[in-house]
Amino acid sequence: MSDNIVEIDNLSFGYKGRLLHKGINMVFPRGKVVAIMGGSGSGKTTLLRLIGGQLKPNVGEVRVDGKVVHEQSREGLYQLRRKMGMLFQFGALFTDLSVFENVAFPIREHTDLSESMVRDFVMLKLNAVGLRGAHSLMPTELSGGMARRVALARAVALDPQIIMYDEPFAGLDPISMGVVCNLIRSLNDALGATSIVVTHDVHETFTFVDYIYFVSDGIVVAEGTPDELRNSEMPFVHQFVHGEADGPVPFHYPAPDYKNEMLRGRDA
Amino acid sequence: MLKRLSGVLVGLGHRVTTGIWRIGAGARLFFYIWVYLIESFKRPGLIVREIFATGVLSLLIILVSAFFVGMVLGLQGYNTLQKYGSSEAIGVLVALSLVRELGPVVTALLFAGRAGTAITAEIGLMKATEQLSAMEMMAVSPVARVIAPRFWAGVISMPILAALFSMVGVLGGYFVAVPIIGVDDGAFWSQMQANVDFRDDIMNGVIKSLVFGVVCSMIALFEGYDAPPTAEGVSRATTRTVVNSSLAVLAIDFILTSFMISV
Repeated sequence: MSDNIVEIDNLSFGYKGRLLHKGINMVFPRGKVVAIMGGSGSGKTTLLRLIGGQLKPNVGEVRVDGKVVHEQSREGLYQLRRKMGMLFQFGALFTDLSVFENVAFPIREHTDLSESMVRDFVMLKLNAVGLRGAHSLMPTELSGGMARRVALARAVALDPQIIMYDEPFAGLDPISMGVVCNLIRSLNDALGATSIVVTHDVHETFTFVDYIYFVSDGIVVAEGTPDELRNSEMPFVHQFVHGEADGPVPFHYPAPDYKNEMLRGRDA
Repeated sequence: MLKRLSGVLVGLGHRVTTGIWRIGAGARLFFYIWVYLIESFKRPGLIVREIFATGVLSLLIILVSAFFVGMVLGLQGYNTLQKYGSSEAIGVLVALSLVRELGPVVTALLFAGRAGTAITAEIGLMKATEQLSAMEMMAVSPVARVIAPRFWAGVISMPILAALFSMVGVLGGYFVAVPIIGVDDGAFWSQMQANVDFRDDIMNGVIKSLVFGVVCSMIALFEGYDAPPTAEGVSRATTRTVVNSSLAVLAIDFILTSFMISV
């Protein structure tokens, strides 16, 4: 059994003539929390979809537990996905089901447990995210942070080996952010799982992850532990970690010369 | 000039290829619904819930419309028939119009407007809020869990709604013809009973409504499933559901009627 539960090998992916990833290599060791960071539009979420088999790479491969994801049949892919849990950016809770039923959904779909066992499992998971008391609420009655925590309980309902988080901190207040940080770390350690966190929140992420990949312009531009990256002199990492407006990642979207454009406007 | 012509040709080509692609994608979705046939009926609770959402909740608009359509048929029919001294045939006219044509067709049009749009908007929003992706990532097929139960619910609901439409329509016609206009009660019912054939009239109506159930449900589901995951995308898909369903129902009605009459 390989030490790495997920391996991305020379992966290139793009669509509509635009190459989003250009030969990416990453490994995700078992039991670790690994972050993928980068600016908006750098293809971080797409990487999660490639790992989950929702997209196929143009070149290269993604291996999950030693199996090449895009070579799997539908049944094989579903078997791989049973080892995964995914937290979507805005929770993606089923709006026609209560909190309880949302968490019970994967349990009911994939097991034949009795109703009392399902209830015990659901309450256990909801208790872990601090929302046992909210089990009868509907998703529309939850705040953003609560919805994210319910979605987290649903993602870990079947004790997955891999938990993927897509922007888990987006739109959260500082208290909820701290809660979610602690939950990601504690759930990972309690389940003995591997967590992949896609985010661009530097300060929170650096406090609890084991390893970080920085993605920009379709390639991995830097990688290392939080301490290594905090002290890195690489211009991109420095700009990202310190939140500088301009640098290797330009402030301006590519455009013609400013002066010429303004003068042309006057002529017109 | 050449540039404009090539632009028109490119646009035309794009529309044609998109249309072919959509037909193919719709056919694939239809195929998968059949693949998950057994799995769908293993969970009858889901289908029953969707029958309530699409069928039962459409009842009010369909029954009220049926009553008015029946009353209009009664008025118009009497107006024409009395010129030929055969106003007692009003019962036959109302019943045949409803059972053969208006029942299945108007029910399908109302179904597309009431239940079809709701299905498209619901599935489009489920897609936009990543609920379908979440299901996929939980190793649960959205076709089996979301699409197929709604499809079978539509197919089951449509003939029942059409039958209820015809029944209430006949009552509407009776209400105008007998108590208001004064046509003989016995003549109204006996002529209807004598001239409405179970196989040629009622069964043909049932076949039509079954086909319309398949078509309207399929269009509503495909439009939702294929909708771009944006507010504009869902709204356009909802509009397309009504337009395409209505056109399809009317065109297929003509084709089916021509076959049924020639047989």
